[in-house]
Amino acid sequence: MKHIFKILRPQLLFLALLTLAANASAKLNVVVTTADLASIAAEVGGDAIAVTTLAKPTEDPHFVDARPSFIVKLNHADVVIEGGAELEIGWLPALLDQSRNDKLVTGAPGHVNCSQGVPLLDVPATLDRARGDVHAAGNPHYIIAPSNAKIVAQNIAASLAIVDPPHAALYTANAEKFRAALDAKLIEWQKTLAPFKGRSLVAYHDSWPYFAREFGLTIDLFLEPKPGIPPTPAHLAEVIMKMKTENASVIIVDPYLNRRTAETVARTTGATVLDVTQFPGGLKGTEGGYLALLDHLVNSLATALAEKK
Amino acid sequence: MKLNNLLGVSSALCLCASVAQAQETNEVEQLRQQLRQMQENFEKVQTEQHRQIEALTQKLDALSKPSSAEAEQKKLEAQLTAELSPATTNPPAAALPAKSWSLTDPIPVVRAGSAYMNLSFDALMVAGGSTESDPSSQLQLGDHDPIKNGFSMRNAELALDGAVDPYFKGFANIVLKLDQNNETSIELEETYVQSTSLPANLQVKAGQFFAAFGRQNAQHPHQWAFVDAPIILTRAFGPDGLRNLGVQGSWLLPTPFYTELFLSVLDGQGSTAFGFRNPGDPDNLGVDRFHGRATVSRGLRGPGDLVYVPHLSSSFDLTDQQTIVLGTSAAFGPNDTGNGLATQVYGVDFYWKWKAADAHEGYPFVSFQTEGLYEIFQAGADPTAPVPLPAETLRDWGFYSQVLWGFKPRWVVGLRGEWADGNSGAYDASDVYRGERTRVSPVLTFYPSEFSKLRLQGNYDHGELFGDAYSIWLQLEFMLGAHGAHKF
Repeated sequence: MKHIFKILRPQLLFLALLTLAANASAKLNVVVTTADLASIAAEVGGDAIAVTTLAKPTEDPHFVDARPSFIVKLNHADVVIEGGAELEIGWLPALLDQSRNDKLVTGAPGHVNCSQGVPLLDVPATLDRARGDVHAAGNPHYIIAPSNAKIVAQNIAASLAIVDPPHAALYTANAEKFRAALDAKLIEWQKTLAPFKGRSLVAYHDSWPYFAREFGLTIDLFLEPKPGIPPTPAHLAEVIMKMKTENASVIIVDPYLNRRTAETVARTTGATVLDVTQFPGGLKGTEGGYLALLDHLVNSLATALAEKK
Repeated sequence: MKLNNLLGVSSALCLCASVAQAQETNEVEQLRQQLRQMQENFEKVQTEQHRQIEALTQKLDALSKPSSAEAEQKKLEAQLTAELSPATTNPPAAALPAKSWSLTDPIPVVRAGSAYMNLSFDALMVAGGSTESDPSSQLQLGDHDPIKNGFSMRNAELALDGAVDPYFKGFANIVLKLDQNNETSIELEETYVQSTSLPANLQVKAGQFFAAFGRQNAQHPHQWAFVDAPIILTRAFGPDGLRNLGVQGSWLLPTPFYTELFLSVLDGQGSTAFGFRNPGDPDNLGVDRFHGRATVSRGLRGPGDLVYVPHLSSSFDLTDQQTIVLGTSAAFGPNDTGNGLATQVYGVDFYWKWKAADAHEGYPFVSFQTEGLYEIFQAGADPTAPVPLPAETLRDWGFYSQVLWGFKPRWVVGLRGEWADGNSGAYDASDVYRGERTRVSPVLTFYPSEFSKLRLQGNYDHGELFGDAYSIWLQLEFMLGAHGAHKF
C-alpha cells in the first residue's frame, strides 16, 4: 500500500496542483485602478470575482507609479476596470502595453471604462493648458456621486456578464441590489445634508463637482488657482475674500493634498479643515466600501457644517 | 516737475488699468453666470432625455415581449421619433456652453481617444558654460548634451504614438537639433511597431529603436534626471546611445514577480551602433578612424555580423512605498577596426524608488539609480596610422550613481557621481573615449507643471586628458500636445 502511494506520489501531487490551479482560476481575475472602483466591482462580482487594486486609497489617482509588478497583475487579469476620462492616463496605458494581455485591449469586453454613459462635467470647449492641467474628456472624479456609482455598477455588470456568461445573472442581480441599496441610502444622505443646501465649501482641487451637485452644495472655491498649479498667496487671498462673501466655513482636503495650505487659510478665516476622501480606505472609518465611505463623508460634512452655521 | 508729471501719468495709467480690470471682472462674472445657466439648461435637457429614453426603452421591452408585430413596432418607432425630435432639432452640441470660435481663441486640438494617435512636441534647450572653451570636444560627448558655451538646443522632438490596428502599436520620434553653428539637423531617432496580441506573453518590436540595455539607454533625453548622458554610456554606446534598426523580442516570464527577458537583434551599422560596425569619424585626411584605427568598411556577410543584445529585468515591491528594478544586459557584435574582431559590452543596472503613501502629485519621493558597464573591444592593428597602432584588447569600465529627492511638489534635488577608466591602449593620448574620468553633478529641477521644467546643473569634471573642468548648465523644457505615458 505504502509502495503504491510512493509510486503514485508525483502523480497525486500533480493532481493536487491541478485542482488547486482550477480552483484558483475559478474566480474571474479582476484588476481595478482605484479603491472606489474596487468596492463597486466587489459588490457586483460577489464571490465570482477576485479583485486586485492598483492605486492605494491614499494616493493621488493621477500620479500613480507604473510599477512593473502591475504589469504582472494585468498580465494575469481577465478584466481591467478603469475610471477613464483621463484619470489614469499618466500610467495605465504604458502598463497595458507591456501586459501583453489581449483580453484587456481598449474596446474588448475585458476592458471596462466606467465613465461610459456618465454625463461628465467641466468638458472644456477648447483645450488650452494655459488654464492648467484640464481634462479633455471632462472632470474624471465622478464616481463619488451615488447616481454615477449606479452607472459604474451597471457598466461593470454588463462587461462581467459578457466575459463570464455563466455568472451573468448574478452580476445583473448584484448590480441591481447595489443600486437599490444606494437608492435607499441616498434618501438618508439627502436628508442629512438637506439643511445645508446651497452652502458653500472650499476644496483644494476641483474633484468634488459631482458630489456637490448630488447634494445641492456649492464647491466652486479652490485653493489651487488652476488644476495642477499649486496655491499662490495672491490666489489664496482672493479665496479668503470670497470665503467671507460666500460664507464658506469648511475646507475639504483629500489625504494626498497639502493640508498645511488649508490650515493656513482656515486660521485666517476661522474655517474648519475637514479631511475627506473619494476612496474607501483613504481615511479611517471608510474601509467598509463605497456605502461606508459615503456614510462617513455625509456625516462628517453635516457635523462640520452644523458646527459652522 | 518732470517727476511729478511722470507720477501723474503713471497713476492715471494705473487707474485706467484698474477700471479696465474691474470691467473685465464684471464681464467675466456675467459670462460665468451665463455659462452656468447654459450648463444647467443643457443638463436639464439631457437628464430629461435620459429619462424619456429609459421610459421608452422599458415600454419597448414590455411591448416587444408578447408579440413582435410589425405594426406595433412601427407605431413605437414613430412615437420615439416624435418624442425624441427635440433632441434632433436641438442637438447637445448646440446647447454646449461653447461660444463661437474666434480667431484669437486657441484651436481645439486632439482630444484623448478622439484622434488616432498621440501627438506631442518636446523641446529641450540649454544655456550655460564651461571652463573648457569647447565643451563638446571632451566633456559633453552625448549627442543631446549641451555642446557649446552659450545656448544650445540639441533635442526638439516630435513624438507620435498610437494603435496601428488591432495587432500593432506604432511609435515615432523625430528629433531636430541645432549644431555648433545653429544649423538644423534632423534624426529619425525611433520609428517602430510593437505587437499587441502575440500569444505566450511574447511581444515583438521592429524598426529603429533604442536597444533594451540597462536603464537609461532606452530613455529619451526628456526623461533623464540630468542634462547630459552618463560618461560610461557615451563610452560604450557613443553620443547617441545604442539605437539601431532591428527586431526585439521580449517575453514576460510566468514568475510571480515581474521578470522580462529581452533579445534585440540589430543591424549594428553606423554611429548609433558605436562600438560595432561603425566606420568612426574622418581624420584630417578624410580617413575614417575608430579608436585611432582606420576602419574597414564592409557590409553584412551573415548573421554573425549583427549585434545581439540580451537583457533581463526583474522588479519587486519591497513595501507599498518601495519598488526596486534589477537588470543585467549584454551586447555582442563585430567591430570595424579589422576583420574577425569582436566587441562585448556587459552591464548591470539597479533602480530603487520610495514614494510617500499620501504623495501629492507624486511628491515626496526618493530614488536611486545606478548602472555599471564593462566593455571588451578587440582593436585591430593599424601600422599605417600616424602613430602605428598594434592589435590589442581595449577594456573599459565605469559606473554612474544618482540619487534624486523630490522634496516638495514640483521640486527635485539630485546628485550624480560617475567614474570611468580602462586598461592602457596605444592610442589613449588622443582618445576622448578612453582614460580615467570622474564627474560629480549636483542638480536642481523645478517643474512649473507636468509640461515644463527648469533645471540647473553643475558639473565638476576631472579627466586624464583635460585635468579639471567646471560647467554650469540651465535647461528649459516645454512640451505641447498629448505625450504617451512613460514606463516606470
